[in-house]
Amino acid sequence: MTTMALKRIANTLRQDIISMLVTSKSGHPGGSLSAAEILATLFFREMRINPKDPQWADRDRFILSKGHAAPVLYAALAEKGYFPKEELQGLRQTGRMLQGHPDMKKTPGVDMSTGSLGQGLSAANGMALAGKLDGKDYRVFALLGDGEMAEGQIWEAAMASAHYKLDNVTAVLDLNGLQIDGTTESVMCSSPLAEKWRAFCWHVIEVDGHDIDALIGAFAEARQVKGKPTMIIAKTVKGKGVSFMENQAGWHGNAPSVEQGEQALTELQEEALTLG
Amino acid sequence: MAEKVATRDAYGNALLTLGAENPNVVVLDADLSKSTKTADFGKKYPERFFNMGIAESNLLGTAAGLAAAGKIPFASTFAIFAVGRAFEQIRNSIAYPKLNVKIAATHSGITVGEDGGSHQAIEDVAIMRAVPNMVVLVPADGEETRQVILAAAKYYGPVYIRMGRLAVPLLFGEDYNFEIGKANVLKEGTDVAIMANGLMVSMALEASEELAAEGISVGVVNVASVKPLDIETIVRIAKQTKAIVTAEEHNIIGGLGSAIAEVLGEKLPTPMVRVGLKDTFGESGRPQELLEKYGLTKSDLVKAVREVLAKKLR
Repeated sequence: MTTMALKRIANTLRQDIISMLVTSKSGHPGGSLSAAEILATLFFREMRINPKDPQWADRDRFILSKGHAAPVLYAALAEKGYFPKEELQGLRQTGRMLQGHPDMKKTPGVDMSTGSLGQGLSAANGMALAGKLDGKDYRVFALLGDGEMAEGQIWEAAMASAHYKLDNVTAVLDLNGLQIDGTTESVMCSSPLAEKWRAFCWHVIEVDGHDIDALIGAFAEARQVKGKPTMIIAKTVKGKGVSFMENQAGWHGNAPSVEQGEQALTELQEEALTLG
Repeated sequence: MAEKVATRDAYGNALLTLGAENPNVVVLDADLSKSTKTADFGKKYPERFFNMGIAESNLLGTAAGLAAAGKIPFASTFAIFAVGRAFEQIRNSIAYPKLNVKIAATHSGITVGEDGGSHQAIEDVAIMRAVPNMVVLVPADGEETRQVILAAAKYYGPVYIRMGRLAVPLLFGEDYNFEIGKANVLKEGTDVAIMANGLMVSMALEASEELAAEGISVGVVNVASVKPLDIETIVRIAKQTKAIVTAEEHNIIGGLGSAIAEVLGEKLPTPMVRVGLKDTFGESGRPQELLEKYGLTKSDLVKAVREVLAKKLR
């Protein structure tokens, strides 16, 4: 898929995020919007997956360790064809498949239940170890949040990925710089992150997380790295694509009103017109 | 005196059997493989053994990932670290998605001994029992442990297996039959029944013998499957004896005694006395001395039987 086509998909994911959050009246827009290019590139270019066979044993796996960004994952899964787009309107509603945080038992295409921060990379390691044991060449991708870097389990898992030389693990860090209580620097400084991950024996690539070509390049590089896992630190803007949400910590976990949703969709539709 | 085997040793042996039978069985440990007895599996099947270092949260989280990719992981460490340190990984990464992880915890209860209260899990059954999707098994001896481990591997879903450090008497032969969800009536009685698990089962049998000499008929039921609980058998025995003593090497709150009280409270209110730790932590000491100090001996069971008989007659 071309860069422009992936840009259009990222735009579509953003529109879907806004419209599902307006309907559900709850959810996390900021960290969903920041990851749109990352998921577009993974699900529509990088990953070996088949929406008609979500349990395919040889598929690449994706774990949304920052599980609160579920809307962007659901938008990507629906766009990819795992389930009808109409399901998106059931987000967070009783009896529906799209839970507030990803649930592998309820939603086709979700490879791991997540939501409690810090746990996704461990699960990715487990899947990667199983893949190596079985002689399978599938790869495991995990999307982490930067607020999540404060969780100790992340570093336990980081150590283990390197110890077991899990070159079939690629983590992406959605470095949007904001968490619920403010900037990550002010809440709990986790920098310097690239140095930390390098010190944990990971191959580290730093990219602009909204630059599709840079992401494509980073994933291609990760595929070539042998003997160690790769961390792609993707610098992003929280709330990206919606002017009044960008770089606002307040949009971490609040849904837009109907009016705000309309404004956001108008902006995104205008952007879509520029994408051919 | 019967031959003694620690349930953790029986676990180590059962893993070797499983390792040979099923290539999907993998074992994880957190730097305690010599104590939890997973080390032999590690030696025989190094490619299927993962030492995760002293990092229990990651131990359980990695086990979840292995299970999600089709493996049958046995994750081992001391009970206090599995259930304590990694509770939320067990809850959210394993039980919530009902992944096929076996949490095989050793060094439960006060018979950990000299290491002291910090290392003696006395609340693990209560915590695990409260988690949906979790099966909770507490074997009484080596043979039952072997069968529990094999049954856990066959069952699809999360299982918590509680084992001990101390060597305990061998009670059962190969003709014994453990099933998840079934209690085993070891001895029928008419006056009272002791419902026990873990190392309290052998003491219950001894107490029953001692009381038989006085003409008191004490039944003994081994409730290794704390969850699912064999409600039918528990109610049937309670109907028969009209007095129940429960016995466990665990806090009196939330464990086997609580589980049985919940069932009988709803189905068949029956006079009960619960034997267990009286909402207290343990301490350092020799296991036998601690069992005496904290009221977990045959004579404590005899006393409890007399107490419940007095209630029954009231």
